[in-house]
Amino acid sequence: MPAIAIEASGLTKWFGADETKTIAVRDFSFQANFGEMLFVVGPSGSGKTTLLSMISGILRPNSGTVKIEDVEIWSLSSNDIADFRLRKIGFVFQDYHLFPRLTTAENVAIPLILQGRKWDEAIEEGRKNLEIVGLKNRADLPPVKLSGGEQQRVAIARAIVSRPDIMIFDEPTASLDGDTGRSIVAFVRDSLLNEKRSIILVTHDDRILSFADRTLNMQDGRIVSIQQAKAHEE
Amino acid sequence: MNWLNKMKWLTAPKTPTLGILRIAYELLVNDRSKFVALLVGIVFAVFLMVQMTSMFSGIMARASATVINIGAKVWVMDPSVNTVANTIPLPDYTLDEVRSIPGVKYAVPLYSGGALLKLRSGAYQAVNIVGLDDSSLVGRPQLVSGNIQDIFAENAFIAIEDSEFRKLENPKIGTDFELNDHRGVIVGIAHVASSGLFGVPTLYTTYNRALQYIPNSRFTISYLLVEPKSPRDVGNIKKEVAAAGYLALSQEEFMQKISNFYMYQTGMGTNMLLMTAISFIVGLSISGQTFYTFILENLEKFGALKAIGAKSHELVMMILFQATFVSILGYGLGVGLCALTIWLAKLNLPDYAAVIIYRNLWLALGMVVIIAGMSSYVGVRKVLKIEPFDIFRG
Repeated sequence: MPAIAIEASGLTKWFGADETKTIAVRDFSFQANFGEMLFVVGPSGSGKTTLLSMISGILRPNSGTVKIEDVEIWSLSSNDIADFRLRKIGFVFQDYHLFPRLTTAENVAIPLILQGRKWDEAIEEGRKNLEIVGLKNRADLPPVKLSGGEQQRVAIARAIVSRPDIMIFDEPTASLDGDTGRSIVAFVRDSLLNEKRSIILVTHDDRILSFADRTLNMQDGRIVSIQQAKAHEE
Repeated sequence: MNWLNKMKWLTAPKTPTLGILRIAYELLVNDRSKFVALLVGIVFAVFLMVQMTSMFSGIMARASATVINIGAKVWVMDPSVNTVANTIPLPDYTLDEVRSIPGVKYAVPLYSGGALLKLRSGAYQAVNIVGLDDSSLVGRPQLVSGNIQDIFAENAFIAIEDSEFRKLENPKIGTDFELNDHRGVIVGIAHVASSGLFGVPTLYTTYNRALQYIPNSRFTISYLLVEPKSPRDVGNIKKEVAAAGYLALSQEEFMQKISNFYMYQTGMGTNMLLMTAISFIVGLSISGQTFYTFILENLEKFGALKAIGAKSHELVMMILFQATFVSILGYGLGVGLCALTIWLAKLNLPDYAAVIIYRNLWLALGMVVIIAGMSSYVGVRKVLKIEPFDIFRG
């Protein structure tokens, strides 16, 4: 029985009030396990991003709880939640959000700098993580000199630099061509997923669904189906 | 813009806090055109503020030129005197009265008034005549040619070589002129600390010769110059002089009185104040708006940092650093530009009255701090409101 990484229970989130009230996520419960790559799919407006934000400690739910490694994150103070995200969760954003004037190694080092690590130590660690994603020789270049796929790898290196237990990917292939997208997700699955880490990935991209261990299909803020994948090739 | 890159070593952080500040710096200079626009706004505002206040200070210094140049510690005058040029003559007996006040080391009369010279060329030129006490020559200028003893010679005058000197047709020792049908001769050329405000040359002579050459009213003493025995005696001297119906002021007080007159009883102060306020508003508008735009354009970067785990106070620190950095840089460049402008202006316009004093610099710095504070406030509000959730939504 795999250990539970994230346990969400009764999550509900709405925006607006009265006539403008929109319920984005309704009474949503699920578990994500360590060693598992969980995909969340669904049409635009189905509540995927809202769900992702709530389980990663970014958006406070109106009701429900989120436990990560037995810590009820929404009972923490905002500073503690920020610190929790910094140390336990790695984010890969759709638009990468790299800092153009920093080198790729410096970009990767940002979470460590925010953790209070010394600049030079953090950059060195950044270089090591760039090696993991195959960009060792790009460490001193600014992100604008890299291709889209390489920038995505830099963003991944930044997400893993603090050795997070949870990794959150938001539409990681949206800005990439099909082959690059597939290779990135394959890399994530093959190199970053292990029994001490859980990866949650939100996507619209049908071409990468085969990489999921489980796929949650959302519609109107609810789970409409859960697909268990066939065994993956090693 | 290579200097921006060269500055990297300056900001190379040694502590984690500096690491966050470095990220803030890189964000700030990322869009160079925006950064330059931000800088230009502050430079422009500082330049105008310092320029305006420096002109005012320069005019005030020139308005007090006689007070500065004579350098007496205490000045006795009629209470209605507003500026050093508009004298109200004191009765001769006030000299004895002041000399008899305990604590007065010595007191001497000073004549200060206007006259019209007829130069060798036949041209007429208005001048300011300063008549120094015959026995002591208290307040005499620093001679650059001639001998001070020659001031006691017949018809002797000393010309001040300042920005107005050329209006006397650049006289030399021995150059003569006419003053109310009297012959005057230049026996010395001297320098003083400050030129006058009204663009007229200055001649020094003895007190008695000034009275002899220039028609006067019944009372003749323009000011009494008093040297107290010690600084502690000044208070008593002021009190005794006030009891006699006159006013005794220290040099600084007299200059302040002149400054107050121009500032509050003429339009000059109001105009300068308005221009300074306009400079401030223009600077605040340009810098505030550009900084706000900068924050808006980098909002998603701040949001990404927040999502990764940056705390609110760290983001506030980044914004304060950015506002402070650009403000201090803009302030330095603005002051430098102003100093350069004044220097260039004085090279070509000897009468240009502008002087940068510490008070102007502090005032401009205070206004820059307000600009930085208000810009930061807007930025901080915006950044604190951003939800990292918006970063996911794109």
